[in-house]
Amino acid sequence: MKITFSDGILTAFVQGEIDHHSAVGIRTEIDRRIQKDKPDILRLDYSNVTFMDSSGIGLIMGRYKLMSAYSGQIEVVNVPLNMARVVRLSGIEKLGKITVKES
Amino acid sequence: MNAINTMKLEIESRSVNESFSRVAVASFVSQLDPTIEELGDIKTAVSEAVTNSIVHGYKESKGKIYITASIFEDGKVQIKIRDKGCGIENITQAMEPLFTTSGGERAGLGFAVMESFMDKVKVSSKVGKGTTVVLEKKINGRFAKRW
Ligand SMILES: Nc1ncnc2c1ncn2[C@@H]1O[C@H](COP(=O)(O)OP(=O)(O)O)[C@@H](O)[C@H]1O
Ligand SMILES: [Mg+2]
Repeated sequence: MKITFSDGILTAFVQGEIDHHSAVGIRTEIDRRIQKDKPDILRLDYSNVTFMDSSGIGLIMGRYKLMSAYSGQIEVVNVPLNMARVVRLSGIEKLGKITVKES
Repeated sequence: MNAINTMKLEIESRSVNESFSRVAVASFVSQLDPTIEELGDIKTAVSEAVTNSIVHGYKESKGKIYITASIFEDGKVQIKIRDKGCGIENITQAMEPLFTTSGGERAGLGFAVMESFMDKVKVSSKVGKGTTVVLEKKINGRFAKRW
């Protein structure tokens, strides 16, 4: 997974499928970078996510909790249209900035 | 109504089988020429139910998960996901959005996703015996009406 850090923004480009199985590796990598870089904003870029169930929401909620502990914020950007329904259903828009990728 | 085609799958409750089981069911359903969206809905719902059997049903232990998928004449698909795990004490409460007994990384949205993506979701469970989830969806498909 590509992760970049500049101007206080840590961006994780999540790739492929997010389910309970794959989420373990994804969150370990992101959390290691959060602890190292202590960003003001964590941006999860979902452009290249090809499948997600509610584990994709759990991933966001878990990182939100961690970011809150550092007084940081969370953004989820470029959520593909066919996965936006899971996001909408969860109501996580209240936690941070969420954008859906137009396609 | 009688099923016109059926498949059964028995898998071990290993998280690596989450993607296998949803892809296997989707592949079976493909014979109805579903839209990409319909297929996505089924994959997501199956993933939720199978994950629940692994995470909640069997927890730290391992067991079998039994999946049966049937196709009916009118294009309806029925998918049963059964485990012999710990069972659910209060099904109504378990199905409430955001309710979870796991906390942390679980969103408590599995049943909410199943209900939103499928036409029907039935849950039966017995504490100490296991849980069965039955999912149903009518596939309209990519092509004009079947008749
Ligand atoms: N197969 C199962 N066996 C035992 N308990 C289950 C099962 N499926 C669901 N549950 C219970 O229902 C709750 C809600 O499930 P769900 O909506 O999928 O949310 P989550 O999986 O995020 O906890 C679970 O936390 C668990 O307590
Ligand atoms: Mg669940």
